[in-house]
Amino acid sequence: MRLNKNTIFVTLMDEVKVIEIKKSIFENNDRDADLLRAELKSRGVYLLNLMSAPGSGKTTTLIQTINRLKDKIRIAVMEADIDSDVDAVKIKSATGIPSIQLHTGGMCHLDAEMTRQGLDNTPLDDVDLVILENVGNLVCPAEFDTGAVRNAMILSVPEGHDKPLKYPLMFSVCDVVVINKMDVMPYFDFDLDKCKEYIKMRNPKATVIPVCAKTGEGIDAFADWLLGQVREWKK
Amino acid sequence: MHELGIVFYIIRDVKQAAKENGVEHVSAVVMNIGEVSTIVPEYLTDCWRWAADKEDMLRGCELKIETVPAVTHCDNCSSDYPTVKHGKTCPHCGSTRTWLLSGREVEIKQIEVKT
Ligand SMILES: Nc1nc2c(ncn2[C@@H]2O[C@H](COP(=O)(O)OP(=O)(O)O)[C@@H](O)[C@H]2O)c(=O)[nH]1
Ligand SMILES: [Mg+2]
Ligand SMILES: [Zn+2]
Repeated sequence: MRLNKNTIFVTLMDEVKVIEIKKSIFENNDRDADLLRAELKSRGVYLLNLMSAPGSGKTTTLIQTINRLKDKIRIAVMEADIDSDVDAVKIKSATGIPSIQLHTGGMCHLDAEMTRQGLDNTPLDDVDLVILENVGNLVCPAEFDTGAVRNAMILSVPEGHDKPLKYPLMFSVCDVVVINKMDVMPYFDFDLDKCKEYIKMRNPKATVIPVCAKTGEGIDAFADWLLGQVREWKK
Repeated sequence: MHELGIVFYIIRDVKQAAKENGVEHVSAVVMNIGEVSTIVPEYLTDCWRWAADKEDMLRGCELKIETVPAVTHCDNCSSDYPTVKHGKTCPHCGSTRTWLLSGREVEIKQIEVKT
C-alpha cells in the first residue's frame, strides 16, 4: 500500500511539526511479495523458499531432491547463502542444474525485491520450479515474505527437538519441516514425537518429513510433496 | 546484521513520507518496536546513527524508540496475558491454544520536523 495522504495527520507542537505515519516497515515488502506471487502464478512458475540454520543440510537436501525430480519437471536454483558460490558450484556439479547466486550485500535475509532481481536473471519461460536457498538464519528470513508460494525449513537432529519453541515465528510460517540427519539420532537425545508436537503448536497444518540427506532416505516423501505442489500450482 | 537491514527499510519509508509531505529535513523519527520483535533497540539506534548521517535529509536525525508490550490472547478462556512472562501457555487455564495479539511491531509511528 502506498502511503496514503489521508492517513497522515499533521499537528503543531511548539516549533516541532509531528507527522503521524503509523506504518509497518514490512508493509512494502508484503505488497511486493503478493505481486510477485501473482506474476509467478500467471507464468506457471512455482517458487519454494527453503530456510534453515547454517549447516542443517539445505544444499545436500536440494541435490538429492533435484536428482529425483529433474526428469519430471524443469528446475532452477537461486543461492543466497553468504558463503557464496561454493553451494552454486556444488549444485551444478551434482545435478547439472544451473544455479544463480544472489548477492544479499551482507543482509541477513532476502526480501521480495531481491528475490525478484534473482528471478529476472532466471529463464522463467523454461522453468516449472525455482528453489530459493535462503540465508542460513532462523530469525530474519521468517519476517520477510519473499513472494514464494510455500516456505519450507530444515531442522537437523543435532540442533535439538525444542527448536520450534525457540524460534516460534520461523515454524509458524513454514508449511513443511524436514527433519534432517536422522542417521545421527543414536548420538543425540532428540525426541521426534516431542519435536512434531512442538511444530504442530506453531503450525497445526505443517507437514513433517524425517530424512537423511546424506543417504537419500526419506527424500522421496519430500520430492513427492514438492511435485504435487508444482502440478497443483500449474493447473 | 539484522538491525542494519531494518534501518535501510526505515530510511526508505521515512524518505518517501518526507517527500510526500514536502519536508526537506527530518529531525526525529519515532518507532514503535514490539517487545518480541527480535530487534535490539541499542543496535538499532547504533546502526541508525551510522546510516542516517549518510543521507542529507536525515543528518543528525534522532531515532526514538517506544516499546510495545507483547500480549498473548487465549482462545480457550478468552483472557489476555503478558507474553514475555508466560510464553505460549495461558497462566489462567493452562491452554496452549494461544496467539500473539501484539508485540511484533516494527512500525514508524511518526516523524518530527523542526519548523
Ligand atoms: N550425518 C549427516 N550429515 C549431513 C546430512 N545432510 C547434510 N550433512 C552434512 O552437514 C553439513 C552441512 O550441509 P549443507 O547441505 O552444506 O548445509 P546448508 O548450510 O544448510 O546448505 C555437510 O557437511 C553435510 O555433509 C545427513 O543427513 N547426515
Ligand atoms: Mg548451503
Ligand atoms: Zn486461558
